[in-house]
Amino acid sequence: MSQATAVPGTSWNFRDYLQRFGILISFVLLCIALSLLSDRFLTVSNGVNVLRQITVNGIIAVGMTYVILIGDIDLSVGSVLALTSVVTADLLQKGVPVPAALGLGIGLGMALGAVNGWITVRFQVPSFITTLGMLTAARGMALTYTQGRPITGLPDGFRFLGRGEPLGIPMPILLAALVFAAAWVMLRRTRHGEYLYAMGNNPVAARLVGIHTGRYRVLVFTLSGGLSALAGLILTARLDSAQPTAGVAFELDAIAAVVLGGTRFTGGVGGLGGTLLGALIIGVLDNGINLLNISPLYEQIVKGAVIALALLIHRRAE
Amino acid sequence: MRRHLWIASLALFALLLAACQPVAGPPPAAEQPEAPAPEKPVIGLALSTLNNPFFVDLRDGAQEAAEALGVELIVVDAQDDPAAQAASIEDLIQRGVDALILNPTDSDAIVPSVEAANQAGIPVFTVDRAANGGEIVSHIASDNVAGGRMAAEFLCDALGGQGKVVELEGIPGTSAARDRGQGFNEYMGENCPGVEIVARQTANFNRAEGLTVFENILQAQPEIDGVFAHNDEMVLGAIQAAEAAGRADEIVFVGFDAIDDAVQAVREGKLAATVAQQPREMGRLAVETAVKSLQGEEVPEYIPVPLALVTAETVK
Repeated sequence: MSQATAVPGTSWNFRDYLQRFGILISFVLLCIALSLLSDRFLTVSNGVNVLRQITVNGIIAVGMTYVILIGDIDLSVGSVLALTSVVTADLLQKGVPVPAALGLGIGLGMALGAVNGWITVRFQVPSFITTLGMLTAARGMALTYTQGRPITGLPDGFRFLGRGEPLGIPMPILLAALVFAAAWVMLRRTRHGEYLYAMGNNPVAARLVGIHTGRYRVLVFTLSGGLSALAGLILTARLDSAQPTAGVAFELDAIAAVVLGGTRFTGGVGGLGGTLLGALIIGVLDNGINLLNISPLYEQIVKGAVIALALLIHRRAE
Repeated sequence: MRRHLWIASLALFALLLAACQPVAGPPPAAEQPEAPAPEKPVIGLALSTLNNPFFVDLRDGAQEAAEALGVELIVVDAQDDPAAQAASIEDLIQRGVDALILNPTDSDAIVPSVEAANQAGIPVFTVDRAANGGEIVSHIASDNVAGGRMAAEFLCDALGGQGKVVELEGIPGTSAARDRGQGFNEYMGENCPGVEIVARQTANFNRAEGLTVFENILQAQPEIDGVFAHNDEMVLGAIQAAEAAGRADEIVFVGFDAIDDAVQAVREGKLAATVAQQPREMGRLAVETAVKSLQGEEVPEYIPVPLALVTAETVK
């Protein structure tokens, strides 16, 4: 384990590869099944539709992957999303220019994330507790800020974030792709990424070799908060409305995508490729349920069974 | 650091004090000109909150009915606080009101108050929200089944009795989803054979899910003529999905609840109709039922309050 802190060894990569392979099998099987069941599934427009739908969960799950990789958890993503969305929408309605409002919204998300990280590190509270507190507090602030009412009717410049299609690519997909690419490069191609793996594997050893673990933890939570805010802005732009009740239980979908993607819950092992596939499986599953018009009463059973099956195949491959 | 702690705890203390402020007694609504007729019955109305236009309308309806029937109405407002509500109901019981109309802040927390009134021999009625225990003479609330039928009738007419319709359902297992869906499907099945329900999916009363679920349904269904959603949040999400897909003009959307955003959408012509509750009617029926019961008449256990359709013609 000791040399693992320096470089992600080849044995890791091999295992990682197998894990991703396992989840890939599940994903391909699911797609084949849905193609056979519905002639509407395997079309370009439905493909774009699914990609657009997974952007919100996908972007949150990128931050969640980082958080889980270092052995932490962030339960506050949905509430941070709601609070930053309503504040940004309010600023927009008060006439703040779009770029400034976007910057302030994402900045607020980062600040809330930094608070999560700072409390966790400074007072040595488990992140489960810190972010559970933030989950409640940020939701309460979102409700108070809006008095429980949605903020509807936003400027076109902002709505471009949800509806725009530069070069024919929907904005949400473009943004999510950029987020995934940048996060992947940082995780796999810089020493910062190596440090994060090392911290998740063995935090004590990581500290001993001179990694500023506290600083990195705060940074990772800050990132998670900022990405939650970005996801919230996309959702708000798509709905033309910011809602104080948005994002309830979003942390569960994000954690599901990360864990389905093979990132180890205790940290140190996993990556963003798996998370992308995890988010895709959840998105395709939701899409398939609607395409096949499965009764809402059975929907959750189908969903649970498919996810359990995917995990099973995945563990087999491992 | 320590100084900050001080300030923080002071602030917290102030907040607590503010929260614990005794609730103002019966508001001015409880005007009591020394009654000329000595046997004028007194009815207590305990509302969950007056900080919501819905309940203000309910109170106004109750007051009008009380004046028309010559009874005295005492209104107390709990400001959404179950403890304050329990205290004010206790006051009403002490005062010896002849009947109590309760609009619980919480269906469970109200039970001890109902039981106390039962013990004092005061008949209890509930309005809008039910109580989960104690003896209730009658419950007066909106008729969601009738609302579902109303939406179906409107949609059937709007489509000329022909077309493909999508139903966006509420959270499975909730009474609102069950009743609204039941009324809608009963009407369609009985009176509108030309309309086919091509998809029935839940979007959990949620606007974001209304968007994504309807995006998926748009992929599955090349032709959709109408949408009925069990609440406005879902239908507003679905409208965004249809607009983005360029298909909003082909579809007649009908929602439920008449929330502000939905009434605005009706005004803008994006939403064809939404079913509204009638709080004023609810308040009127509550008082009338209580008076009937006091006069010794048998009253049913449940009194459905009719709903109303909000359309382009009713909003100006």
